[in-house]
Amino acid sequence: MPFSEDTLTRLKADAAEITGRYPRARSALLPLLYLVQAEEGYVSDEGMAFCAEVLGITQTEVRGVATFYTMYKHEPAAEYQMGVCTNTTCAIMGGDQIYAELAEHIGGGKPHGDGHHDVKSPDGKVAVERLECNAACDYAPVVMVNWEFFDNQTPQSAKKLADDLRAGENVTPTRGPNRLCTWKQANRILAGFGDGQAAEGPSAGPASLVGLELAKERGWKAPEPS
Amino acid sequence: MEGPRTLMTDTLTPVLTANWDQPDSFTIEGYRRFGGYKALPKALAMEPDDVIATVKDAVLRGRGGAGFPTGMKWSFIPQNDGKPHYLTVNADESEPGTCKDIPLMMANPHVLIEGIIITCYAIRASHAFIYVRGEVLHVIRRLQYAVAQAYEAGYLGENILGSGFDLKLVVHAGAGAYICGEETALLTSLEGYRGLPRNRPPFPAVEGLYASPTVINNVESIASVPSIIGNGSNWFAGLGTAKSNGFGIFSLSGHVKTPGQYEAPLGITLRELIDLSGGMLRPGHPLKFWTPGGSSTPLLTSEHLDVPLDFEGVGAAGSMLGTRALQIFDDTTCVLRAALRWTEFYQHESCGKCTPCREGSYWMVRTLQRLENGEGTDEDIDTILDVGDNIIGRAFCALGDAVPVPISSAIKYFRDEIIQHQKNGGCPFDPAASTAWAV
Repeated sequence: MPFSEDTLTRLKADAAEITGRYPRARSALLPLLYLVQAEEGYVSDEGMAFCAEVLGITQTEVRGVATFYTMYKHEPAAEYQMGVCTNTTCAIMGGDQIYAELAEHIGGGKPHGDGHHDVKSPDGKVAVERLECNAACDYAPVVMVNWEFFDNQTPQSAKKLADDLRAGENVTPTRGPNRLCTWKQANRILAGFGDGQAAEGPSAGPASLVGLELAKERGWKAPEPS
Repeated sequence: MEGPRTLMTDTLTPVLTANWDQPDSFTIEGYRRFGGYKALPKALAMEPDDVIATVKDAVLRGRGGAGFPTGMKWSFIPQNDGKPHYLTVNADESEPGTCKDIPLMMANPHVLIEGIIITCYAIRASHAFIYVRGEVLHVIRRLQYAVAQAYEAGYLGENILGSGFDLKLVVHAGAGAYICGEETALLTSLEGYRGLPRNRPPFPAVEGLYASPTVINNVESIASVPSIIGNGSNWFAGLGTAKSNGFGIFSLSGHVKTPGQYEAPLGITLRELIDLSGGMLRPGHPLKFWTPGGSSTPLLTSEHLDVPLDFEGVGAAGSMLGTRALQIFDDTTCVLRAALRWTEFYQHESCGKCTPCREGSYWMVRTLQRLENGEGTDEDIDTILDVGDNIIGRAFCALGDAVPVPISSAIKYFRDEIIQHQKNGGCPFDPAASTAWAV
């Protein structure tokens, strides 16, 4: 659906702010794709046409970039995109079992193919996919929702999380803001527009602190400069 | 095994992690309370070349995996060339097992920002970028917030602390592509294109971002700069081992009692780290194999528990220090399953630009799946090693070189177990036994 005049005016102002961050406008393409994904939940033909117009490049050039990166969706995304890390450490610690049970729980059947594609709930609210390593190995197995951390998951906790999301319950990430934002809101942050929630949540999760706590307990510290 | 540490230091030495337990550690106040932003005026009062010399003298080696000396990298930037210079921080942490930069940026983004400002002053750059992987929303919030605070405090922007030095800093989110952790692919991506690696030479120090001189450093490398400037190069060089100076964050994951981040001088051993972590996860299930620095570093075994975790020690043991991403697996784990999953990762993340990586990773996964399903032959193992030899050194970038690493090292130590799959008609291990909730 083409953007309305009002939407276009708003998007153009945001786009000008984004391109203004870079010495060369073309560098703004990734955040611009997030901007249009924040508007529609995915990168549509109209969204790509908008990016092309802003940057003065062809739609084919935009599509070439949008299809390279896995964080851009090419069909409408769910409100809550769940991802289960099934790279080696998480997989072995239980991520494989979490993914299998969660995909069946959400989609009502076994997922097809390699699972890098979304399995959606019938109401379209929640989708799940397999993720590669999300840099939280000390919290394995890890589940992400709209790119927020849900650490140390089990099949039961992941399925309950999906149920809560579908029921519209307030869900709090382990290391993140007090309230999970929607997929569209998450993409706006990725485009560089903060939501004022940076100060919420812990500074660090428990696993991030184990070395520091042990050092304090034993009186270990870095030497003083001489 | 490069001789004794030059100073007796404590087993753990929190520097970058020292304030992480403070509820406001990610704010400018929470950083200042721990001495933050004190190195900056000191650096701005020095000649830029003296800042470079200090980091060179400290012999800070890159913390992103390759271990190239950071100060030397800075000194390759041509001066008075009339071109703009850039700093790009590689915050695309995606190497399987690597999980140090993400908690660092979540808990202490200002130590990175102070490092960025000092680095840019040294290399005469007035525009810097943090290229952070996109899949970590709260880390991106924290970075955006910290950058805004640093602008407000006059640490970024024009005429920083009255020095006449100007700097713009942009937080740029990647979009889900492991290849963008490769420095030239990162630059291509930051320029708004598909993240494909470029030929070197020319190296980024000469022709990097927008064909201008560019330094690309890992998050932890740049975050180590304020303490080097603040405490001096001798202080830093007094930590660690003879050729691997300083401290680093060691990330324990997998089958240990207390996985997490342990900041220690380089040269600590896995035996010490596992002890600190309270031992292996389950009684009666000893260490089987581990990665010293992510999936691209060859597997090691329990033979290597006393190898000093520094660049030389791990190298002598036939692997690489990498990113100190210690993924620990006990004897419930099938090594073929682990290696296959990492190989599938490389296949999924291969950018497709060069044939050896694109096709080699594809065929390697197919052959490994056959072995995993118990349908392989002894010849398949030789085929895999042969395909691996034909990828290494022939691929366009380091991603290709990494493709054969997990399986070749698995074959080196566990050939019989891999052959056992075929005799068994499938995997002899129960995956349920290796989960976090297995008793």
